[in-house]
Amino acid sequence: MEFGLSEEQRMLQESVSGYLASACPLPRVREAADAGDTKPEDVWNGLAQLGVHGVVTPENYGGVGLGMLEAALAAESLGGAAAPAPFVGSSIMAPVALMQAGSDAQREAWLPRIASGDAVIGVGLTEQIGRRDSEGIAAYDGRLTGRAMFVLDGMDADALIVADNGGALYLVHAADTDRRALNTIDRTRSVAEVSFDSAPAQIMPGSAADREPLLATIDAGRIMLAADTLGAAQTMLDQAVAYAKERRQFNRVIGSFQAVKHLCAEMAAALEPCRSLVWYAAHAVSAVPDESRLMACHAKAHLSEVGRFVARTATEVHGGMGFTDLLGLHYWFKRIGFDRQLLGAPEIVREEAAIAQGWI
Amino acid sequence: MDLAYGEEYETFREEVRAFLAEHGKQAPPQFSRGKSDAKARAWQQLLIERGYAARTIPREYGGYGAEPDILKSHIIAQEFAKARVRPGHIGDDRLVPTLLELGTEEQKRAYVEPTVRGEMRWCQGYSEPNSGSDLASLSTRAELDGDEFVINGQKIWTSGAQHADMMFCLVRTEPDAPKHQGISYLLFSMDTPGIEVRPLVTMTGEATFNEVFFTDVRVPANQIVGRRGEGWYVANATLKHERGGLGDPNQAETRLLHLVDMMRNETIDGRPLMEFPAYRDRLLKLQGQMLAMRFNGMRILTHAIKGEEPGLPRWIVKLNGCEMNHQTAAMAVDLMGELGVLYHGSPHLRNGGLWQQRYMLDLGLIIGGGTAQIQKNLIGERALGLPKEPKVGEQEPGQGQR
Repeated sequence: MEFGLSEEQRMLQESVSGYLASACPLPRVREAADAGDTKPEDVWNGLAQLGVHGVVTPENYGGVGLGMLEAALAAESLGGAAAPAPFVGSSIMAPVALMQAGSDAQREAWLPRIASGDAVIGVGLTEQIGRRDSEGIAAYDGRLTGRAMFVLDGMDADALIVADNGGALYLVHAADTDRRALNTIDRTRSVAEVSFDSAPAQIMPGSAADREPLLATIDAGRIMLAADTLGAAQTMLDQAVAYAKERRQFNRVIGSFQAVKHLCAEMAAALEPCRSLVWYAAHAVSAVPDESRLMACHAKAHLSEVGRFVARTATEVHGGMGFTDLLGLHYWFKRIGFDRQLLGAPEIVREEAAIAQGWI
Repeated sequence: MDLAYGEEYETFREEVRAFLAEHGKQAPPQFSRGKSDAKARAWQQLLIERGYAARTIPREYGGYGAEPDILKSHIIAQEFAKARVRPGHIGDDRLVPTLLELGTEEQKRAYVEPTVRGEMRWCQGYSEPNSGSDLASLSTRAELDGDEFVINGQKIWTSGAQHADMMFCLVRTEPDAPKHQGISYLLFSMDTPGIEVRPLVTMTGEATFNEVFFTDVRVPANQIVGRRGEGWYVANATLKHERGGLGDPNQAETRLLHLVDMMRNETIDGRPLMEFPAYRDRLLKLQGQMLAMRFNGMRILTHAIKGEEPGLPRWIVKLNGCEMNHQTAAMAVDLMGELGVLYHGSPHLRNGGLWQQRYMLDLGLIIGGGTAQIQKNLIGERALGLPKEPKVGEQEPGQGQR
């Protein structure tokens, strides 16, 4: 029994975090966000060299062939830096869907290009969780008609993976669709509204009669969003603690006041167990498949709740400065807010957790 | 990451399960209250014989005498929790480890075995009316007179003093020394002349705590653990053990299982509570917190196996665990609606009022053993490195300085 990271996993995380600390510090995040650039080429290429885009893609398709835990560590590092990169949809959910349901030809066409970073695939499965402002997508004779909302990494994408109303997965060339960007609070991420008007689409055969590939893809996305929140919230906590040690009022550093110290302690007490929950949920995907759906739901929901608490509290510890654009803390605040709402808000995901364990 | 325990441990787990299947029904109730009775002692004895209680305590001191194996201890705790069977104890999880670590051979021989068997019960004489969170300011005096200490003063919040045979007690022996260095750790019988126990009835309606008054209580000088003036450090060894006990995630898991049962069995207008989304969502929120603490516990366990100090994951256990327990009890009371106000043996009362009692008692546990606020200070200062509050009023007469 060993519940913790291996040396290799620690090194992977340190290399991604270390790279982002130098290549994507706050000024670079700000610059990209101001330009509406959710895939700055320098950062994207740097991450490609570290193998981040191919972390879960098998080696025979040009990937690194690691597991969901390694993917979660990369997601945590990206969240920690609030780094703009189409990672959750393209680097993780798309390969999971392709490996679970794609044909050999589809895998060969896309997986090596995803792993190298040469192609980006947007993933739009929101309607399978709950439809809003969309009637979903109808498939007929190899063509899709309808609308996918909140397509992750959608504006940066060359192709899209979406589900029809029956839950079957399809690959569609982005050029055959009508896309428009949805501006969100989080300017480091790309989401699109994608309309299909009899768009030519390839069904992913493993999903035609089996919902499992769809659900596994959503699980993977949820774990990544939870891990992203873990990283972002840890950064906010670290910044709050650093600020509390440095900022002086009433002739004392404010961290010596219990009112401030206790806020920091409450954040740490809430956030630290989340790390173990994310690790377990990610590891369970391959190691404890019976529990993996339940754990993905709980990781997503619990990190959303703790993330919101930390985002708000860390901002408060910074006083008025926390509220300013100048300090930039809001990039993480918004990142956490984004992670919470996408792929099922906590109340929705908890209901799925009740179903997953036969409570209803 | 390796969740497998390996063959040796899985075999061990099967043994524990088989034992529980065969003997689990002999156990006293999970959350029974009051003094330990014959049934509880017989259960404890059986557990010691099988190595499920006092497992690593040497045989010569009445334990099972197994080599310390953190994983096996963990498996025992896990399986008892899953089976909802009352686990064994080591008599007093603060005193026994302290005696084994710091007691004299004579003390170990005299006290560990009867304590472990549940025949000798202890109470802890730490808190005083004016020394709660600031425990090191305690003022109960013990003066050496010949070969005896003479104790005068008062303790409060003494759990179980009315049933206890013995007390382990912090007293001030060196009034002129700095406050942490003037304390000694004494052991004495509650039958010693000059001790008066006054039950302190709490909000639960029961006297779980007491006030204990000392008037010229004479205790042989060899009843000291550690040396004179070292009592604070001896006590900190025990506080460490107590904090380990409070907030145990296994207890929260057992409680959550009870809540699930309750939501399936209790009905409103004939509909099980599980069908009500608001209750369900609340249960799931608690489950999420519980799971996070379960895996946090596995992380601590991994550090412990390697002999490493877990740091932050460890510092948060008491705060989070006690809070979670209180929330599960609060939810149980809420699930009962109007039935949740019943108490004092009322008709229609569920589980003998257990949840109503736990709901109140858990608040006591949030406060006791280092209040939630003290825990937050510890997390802030020791784990996050935030500075202490400036010290005020340290120089009280005869109290020295830190």
